[in-house]
Amino acid sequence: MLHIVFFARVKEQLGCAKLELEWDETLASIDALQEQLCARENGAWREVLSEDNIIRAVNQAVVAGDAVLCDGDEIAFFPPVTGG
Amino acid sequence: MTSSNATHSASGEVVRCQVDIQESDFDIASLQAWLLSGSAGEGAIATFTGYVRVDKGSANFQCMELEHYPGMTQDSIGAIVNKAAERWPIITARVVHRVGRLYPGDQIVWVGVSSAHRGAAFSACEYIMDYLKAEAPLWKKEYSAEGECWVDAKESDSKRADRWAGDSTD
Repeated sequence: MLHIVFFARVKEQLGCAKLELEWDETLASIDALQEQLCARENGAWREVLSEDNIIRAVNQAVVAGDAVLCDGDEIAFFPPVTGG
Repeated sequence: MTSSNATHSASGEVVRCQVDIQESDFDIASLQAWLLSGSAGEGAIATFTGYVRVDKGSANFQCMELEHYPGMTQDSIGAIVNKAAERWPIITARVVHRVGRLYPGDQIVWVGVSSAHRGAAFSACEYIMDYLKAEAPLWKKEYSAEGECWVDAKESDSKRADRWAGDSTD
């Protein structure tokens, strides 16, 4: 199972805080996962998840490029941070 | 939510540090007292407090909501503190960041660092705050009479953090 979480503006625009997907070979990388998510809701998620500045994290560590996904991983998508 | 750990500072000493993410307000005097390790080795404590600000021309601002990524927010701030400790001879460090609904004038964030001398304490405190703003997963949403709006990240904040990349520790 892949545990996928969304935060802030991304969560709000998708209308979704988290979802779980069964892991298989077609979801073995974060790029592949993102492409599958983009196809959801007749492509309505693509606009949100295709933002240039979207940040991706695997198991709570930000990843710069593509990254391998394994069964049980937690993947997060969120906008640039604005704390402090 | 609290995470505590001990790491080694640039001087090889064990650093006592703690990161708290909480909805409740914090008391600066007790946080500052926590920084004193009891060894009397601290010659300097540098602290930073951030408050909810109302900019001129934003008279309709009402409040803000701070969202975080449970677990990752503490860990990423803890990692920043550890990097500061590798760079300067810190004795103790503490970070508190509030989440949830906050109003004008409320305290948002507090960073405190102790060291033997002021140079390390000043630099480490600023370094932690700069990287917290650039990297820690926290998001602000502002509420005003006109409605609600997510705050956009500022390029100046990531530039402030970047300038430490080439800096010496002095």
